[in-house]
Amino acid sequence: MKTDVVVIGAGAVGCAIARELSKYELDITVVEKNEDIGGDASKSNSAIIHTGYDASPGSLESELVVAANPMYDKIVRDLDVHFEPVGAILPAITDEQLEQLPAIKDKAMRNRVYDVEYLTREDVLRMEPEINPEVRAALYIPRESIIDPFVLVQAYAENAYANGVHFLLSTKVTDIRTGDGCVQSVITTGGEIETKWVINAAALYCDEIAGMVGKRCYDVVPRRGQFYILDKNTSCKVKHIVLPIPTKTTKGRLMCPTVHGNMLIGPTAEDLDDKSATETTADGLESIRIDVEKLVPRVNWRDAITQYSGLRPNRVPEGLHVDTYEDLNGYINLSGVRSTGLTLSVAMGKYVAQLMISLGMNAPFKKNFVEKRKGITRFADLSVEQQASLIEKQPLYGNIVCRCETVTEQEILDAIHRPLGARSVDAVKRRVRAGTGRCQAGFCTPKVIEILARELKMPASEIMKNEKGSYYVVGDMR
Amino acid sequence: MQKITCDVLVIGAGPAGLAASIAAKQEGAEKVLIVERDESIGGILQQCIHPGFGLSYFEEELTGPEYYARFADKALELGVEVLLNTMVLDIGDTGVVCMSSKDGLSIIEAGSVVLAMGCRERTRFQLTIPGSRPSGVFTAGTAQRLMNRENAMVGRRVVILGSGDIGMIMARRITLEGAEVIAVVELNDYLAGLTRNKVQCLDDFEIPLLMKHTVTDIKGKKRVESVTVCEVDAENIPIPETAVEYPCDTLLLSVGLIPENELTHKAEIEISPITNGPVVNQYMQTSREDVFACGNVVHVNDLVDNVSLESERAGQCAAKYALGRLKKAEDVIQVQPGRNVRYICPQEIVNSGDGGEINLYFRVTGPEEKVRILVKTGDKVIVQKRALRVNPGEMEHIRFDAKEITSPDLTVEVMKEAI
Repeated sequence: MKTDVVVIGAGAVGCAIARELSKYELDITVVEKNEDIGGDASKSNSAIIHTGYDASPGSLESELVVAANPMYDKIVRDLDVHFEPVGAILPAITDEQLEQLPAIKDKAMRNRVYDVEYLTREDVLRMEPEINPEVRAALYIPRESIIDPFVLVQAYAENAYANGVHFLLSTKVTDIRTGDGCVQSVITTGGEIETKWVINAAALYCDEIAGMVGKRCYDVVPRRGQFYILDKNTSCKVKHIVLPIPTKTTKGRLMCPTVHGNMLIGPTAEDLDDKSATETTADGLESIRIDVEKLVPRVNWRDAITQYSGLRPNRVPEGLHVDTYEDLNGYINLSGVRSTGLTLSVAMGKYVAQLMISLGMNAPFKKNFVEKRKGITRFADLSVEQQASLIEKQPLYGNIVCRCETVTEQEILDAIHRPLGARSVDAVKRRVRAGTGRCQAGFCTPKVIEILARELKMPASEIMKNEKGSYYVVGDMR
Repeated sequence: MQKITCDVLVIGAGPAGLAASIAAKQEGAEKVLIVERDESIGGILQQCIHPGFGLSYFEEELTGPEYYARFADKALELGVEVLLNTMVLDIGDTGVVCMSSKDGLSIIEAGSVVLAMGCRERTRFQLTIPGSRPSGVFTAGTAQRLMNRENAMVGRRVVILGSGDIGMIMARRITLEGAEVIAVVELNDYLAGLTRNKVQCLDDFEIPLLMKHTVTDIKGKKRVESVTVCEVDAENIPIPETAVEYPCDTLLLSVGLIPENELTHKAEIEISPITNGPVVNQYMQTSREDVFACGNVVHVNDLVDNVSLESERAGQCAAKYALGRLKKAEDVIQVQPGRNVRYICPQEIVNSGDGGEINLYFRVTGPEEKVRILVKTGDKVIVQKRALRVNPGEMEHIRFDAKEITSPDLTVEVMKEAI
C-alpha cells in the first residue's frame, strides 16, 4: 500500500488532522488499533470545550485551546454536532478560595480569555440555585461549553472519509521504517504502508510510536479520571459547568450537564502505570461524592445511571509538544495532549497542516472539498408533526428499540450503514445513544445484537460489545 | 395523524394490562384498547417458562405462558382490542400519543387510562459496583430473555448477585443448560425473593447461597474474567480481608426492580419516593383522576396472582370512571406506615361513607418472627392478624371494610407478639 500521509490514531486529534489535511490533494490513511473510530481518551472525558482560561500562559496548549474555542461555532454547524455554550461557574465557598479568585481571573486575561467576570453571591445563586448556599462569590467563564464528544470525532472522521481519507480499523502499528533521513513506511498488523509523512497522534501510546523511530524522549503516564453520569430526571441539576477552585494538588471534580440532559460528575486524577486500567474504583468514586457535595450539596447519587473512567495521556516531562526533527523528514510527533485534547483538536488540525506546509508540503487545495457532514436524524429531537411524516416515509422510525432514549430502528440502521459505520453494540451506542439511558441497555441489548447480526449477516455470537473477545452470547442453546 | 377513541385505554399487555382490560370489559366499558410496545402480548411472562404461577389465583400451578394465555384468551373473547408494536410517547391532556411502524403516530382519546407498564431491573451502576466494564454483566431478566426467547446462551461460569426471584430462577435455568453457577450472593441476612424459590432453585441443585456477601470488583477487559466477593459487616460494608476472587465469564444481577414510570413522570402524576410508582387510592386511581395504575408499575409484586387481582380492581374502576359511575374523591385518608412497615399500597383511601372492601398490600422494613399485624383507625384496632414471620421479600396483605374507618388517622403496624 502507498499513501502520502499516515495518521496514527483515530481519536479526536487524529481525525481532526485527517479532516484538515483532506482539504489538500493528498492521499491520507488513518491507522487505528481499535475496532471503531473514536480513540480512547476522546471517548471517556468530561465532554467540555474549554476556553483555555487556566492554561499556562504563553504555552502551545494555551495558544491552541484559545484559538480552538471560537472555531466551534462553525465546526459544529458544518459537521452537525450537538454543542452548547452553557458557560462555567467557579464558586468560592471558603475565605481561602475567595482570595484565589483574582489570581485565576488574572491568569485568564494573560491567556487572552477576556470575557471572564466576577459574580456576586446573589448572582451565583440566581444563576445556579443548587450551588452550596455558603458561596461567597464566583467567576463566570461564558465560553466554557459542552459537546457530544463521540459525535464530534465521528463527524471529523466521516467528513474526512467523504473527502477521500482511508481508515484502517483494528489495525495496529508495529514499526516505522526510516531511511535517508526520511520516514519510508509504516508497518501494521494489516501490512506495510509506504508513506511520505507520519503523524503520531497515538495519545496514550505516542511514546511507544516515538520509540519506533528512536525519538522517545518522554513517557506517557496515564492519568485516570473516573466519572458518574446521573439520570436526566434527577432532582438536583445544574445548568452550567460548575467547577471547583483548584488546589495545589488537584484541579478537583466538577459537575455539569451533558448535551443530552444528564448530569456528569468527576473526574478523579490518578497516575497509573497500566495504559488499559479503565476500571472504576470504590475509593475513586467515593472521593468524587465527597468533593462534589461541597460544591452542590443536594446531588442525588441514587440517580446515578453509570460510572466510567478514561485515561488522560499525561506526558512526563509535562507539556503539549508538536515536534519535528531535522534528521527525520516527514515525521511529526504529538505528545502531552491531555484534558484539553478534545477542545484543541480542531486547532491542532490547522496547526499541523501549516507545519507541513512550512516543511515543504505543497499539495494544492482540493477543488471539490466537501465541507459539511449531515448527522443521523435523531427522532426524539423532532416535533410530533415531523415524527409523523418521518414514519410515513420510513416505517422503521416507528419502531422504538431503546425505550429510555427513544432510539428507533431506523437510527440504528443509519449508524450501521453510514460510512465508517458501527460494527459493535458500543459503536451503535456512541452514534445514536441506544443503551445510554437509565436501564443501561437492559432492554435494548438483545434487540441491538439481533439488528447488528441481521444487518452484518453474522451469527449473534459474533456480535461484540466492542473489541474482539467481548462477546455477549456463547452461542445457540440448541 | 390518526385519531382513535375508546372508553378505557390500557398501556401494556402484560399480566396487569390483560387483567385490567378484562375487568373493564366486564364492568361494561364498550371499547377497551390495549397498547403494547412488544410484538406479542404477555409481557415478561413470555420469558418466564418456569412453573409456579397461578397457585393462588387458579389454585393450580402454571408456567408464565400458560398463565397469561388464560387472560389473553378471555380478553380476546370479550372483544378487547390490542395494538402491538406500538409505543406510547406521551399521556397528554388532550389524548395519549403513540406510534408504530404500521400506523405512524396516533392520538387516542380515552374515557380513562390504565397504566400497566411493569418494571425494569436495577443495574450494576445503580449499585455502583466498581471495576472494569466488560461484556458478560447482565441483569437476570435480560439473560432470561436471551435464553428463553432468543435461544442464546449467555455464559458458562456464572456468579449471581442478589437473591431476587429472577436471579434464583435463572440459577436453576443456567444449571439445567449445563453451565455452572458458582454462587448466589446476597448482601442482606434475609432472602430478597420467595423462600420456595430458594428451595426449588438453589437447594435442590446444591447451588451455594452466600448471605451477607456482595460483589466488590469486576475484572476482565473484554469479557468478564472474574468477580471478587466479600463478606459484609453489620452495616453491610465489605470486609476486605474476606475477599475471594471467583473466575467466571458472567455476572448476573438480581438486585431489585424499579417501576417503569417515565410516562407517569411526564404526565406529572404524583409518584411515591418509596415505591417509585404512582400514589394510588383503593380504586387504583392516581393523582390524575382519569388515570389508573396497576401491577408492577405501582409497586413491585412477588406474585403475578396479586398483580391480577389488583389489576382487575384498576380495570373495573377505570371503566366505572369512563362510564361516569365512580364516586368523586372527597374525603381522602392517607394510610400511614407504622412500626416495621416500609410502605403500603394503596397509599390513600377515599372514604365515601358507604363502605366497601379495602385490601392493603404492604412490605415490612426488616424480617421479624411471631408478630401481630394491626390496622388502626385513630387508636382503635379495626383488624389484626398473626404472622409466624414477616420478611421484606414477601408482600403482606390485610383486608377490612371501609365502614370501619372512623378517624382520619389510619395506620398499619407490625408488633412483636408478647410472649
